[in-house]
Amino acid sequence: MKADKQEKPRQLIKDGIRLDGRTVKEIRPIHLDVDVLNRADGSALIEMGRNKIVVAVYGPRELHPKHFALPDRAYVRCIYRMATFSVEDRKSPAPARREIEISKVIREALMPAIFVEYFPRTTIDIYIEVLQADGGSRCASINAASLALANAGIPLRDMISAVAVGKVDGQIVLDLNDIEDKEGEGDMPVAIMPRSKRVTLLQLDGIFTPAEFEEALNLAIEGSSQIYMLQRETIAKKYADIRQEVEEELLVEEEVEED
Amino acid sequence: MPIFVEQNAIVVPGDKLAKGDYRALRGTFREGDVIYSSVVGLADTRGTNTVSVVPLQGSYYPEEEDIIIGIVTGVGLTSWHVDIRAPYDGILSVSNFLARNRERGFHAREEDLTKFLNVGDVIFAKIIVFDRTRDPLLNTQERGLGKLAGGRIIEILPTKIPRIIGRKGSMINMLKRETKTRILVGQNGRIWIKGRRFEDEFLVVLALRKIEREAHTSGLTDRVTELIHEEKEKIQAGRHENES
Repeated sequence: MKADKQEKPRQLIKDGIRLDGRTVKEIRPIHLDVDVLNRADGSALIEMGRNKIVVAVYGPRELHPKHFALPDRAYVRCIYRMATFSVEDRKSPAPARREIEISKVIREALMPAIFVEYFPRTTIDIYIEVLQADGGSRCASINAASLALANAGIPLRDMISAVAVGKVDGQIVLDLNDIEDKEGEGDMPVAIMPRSKRVTLLQLDGIFTPAEFEEALNLAIEGSSQIYMLQRETIAKKYADIRQEVEEELLVEEEVEED
Repeated sequence: MPIFVEQNAIVVPGDKLAKGDYRALRGTFREGDVIYSSVVGLADTRGTNTVSVVPLQGSYYPEEEDIIIGIVTGVGLTSWHVDIRAPYDGILSVSNFLARNRERGFHAREEDLTKFLNVGDVIFAKIIVFDRTRDPLLNTQERGLGKLAGGRIIEILPTKIPRIIGRKGSMINMLKRETKTRILVGQNGRIWIKGRRFEDEFLVVLALRKIEREAHTSGLTDRVTELIHEEKEKIQAGRHENES
């Protein structure tokens, strides 16, 4: 999929349909996978619209340098990095202000879910590599990171599901893509713990009226819940598939025996 | 006091398991009077008044009394540092290694620890003390423990170790019997195999990989036995081909 360099279109929403063909309350197609890396303790891949992001989780493991160690809980490190080829104009490989900030907010969005107190003096490392960027990459990263943490077997209070909402052509829309993010009037990434509906990330760029904000937040919670269902499915599917495979083998054998 | 999941159901973090007067065992946590799963795993509701989750993923976390396979990474004046695949280094002090009936004590000034164990050596040891505030202490002064010579080591997910051992050792004993190899299993997911022939060790590795992948399915011992028989035949056939 090649992103065409586009002039700003006059209208981002026409008759309730967006440029990519979605309605205003529809999320982009999502593909999730776990166990995509062999060396990591846990890993996940997310494709959310044009976003393509790989997350690797290591730990709990020994922390170096040792003086960072906390006596009563694990130290969580998170690095969000964009590949030089992830955006249209080559991104400098040095960590930019934006990447450092996103690393920080993602870490803080994930922390409430992790039982860090189970692993004193250790570290849990989360590496997020954006291979291809679209709008809402921090939300996509959080979705994948939460999967990767679960995949690493780290005890969690809940999954974390995230989606951005925004204001485009005066309307509140769900899951902004790149153009809507850049040309729209507002962008609000939200991450929640789906079970308790507690918010762990909320940023807002733009101007919303209180009524609009409320509508946007409710929409984000609704969207996150959809993503949560996908996350659950993805984790369970891996094991369910092997189980099914084994059962099918047994069935075939029984049939052979009957013959 | 309802239970919301079936026995052996696949659960993910945050899944509601039970409500009411249950004890939340490993892999679970309680919030109010509801018990949730904290890991990806299989729900275990067989116990009376208890719920737990058998994890399917996860790295090794030391526990006292665990028997593990460690690799020496450092030699000090009176102790060794041992990699035990955990977030903490295992510490093996000389007094926990040398035979208890040794004629004289150990003198760091006269003796060098590398004489007994050097970096890279493999030990079969027990974790005797671990309270999370300090690194786990190891001991090798029991029957069957100590330095391992020869053989090969493979690493698997520590969460699958109970399945490798099987109920009352059924799986591991079957493997030993069928392949005529010596196998030692460490709770930290390292397995030491020593056989007379390369093929025998290869068979064990093949079987272990299958168990690791299919740990959450039933009737596994039978399927693994079958796999070994099939592979044995293949090896036999290959031999004949080479001879003729």
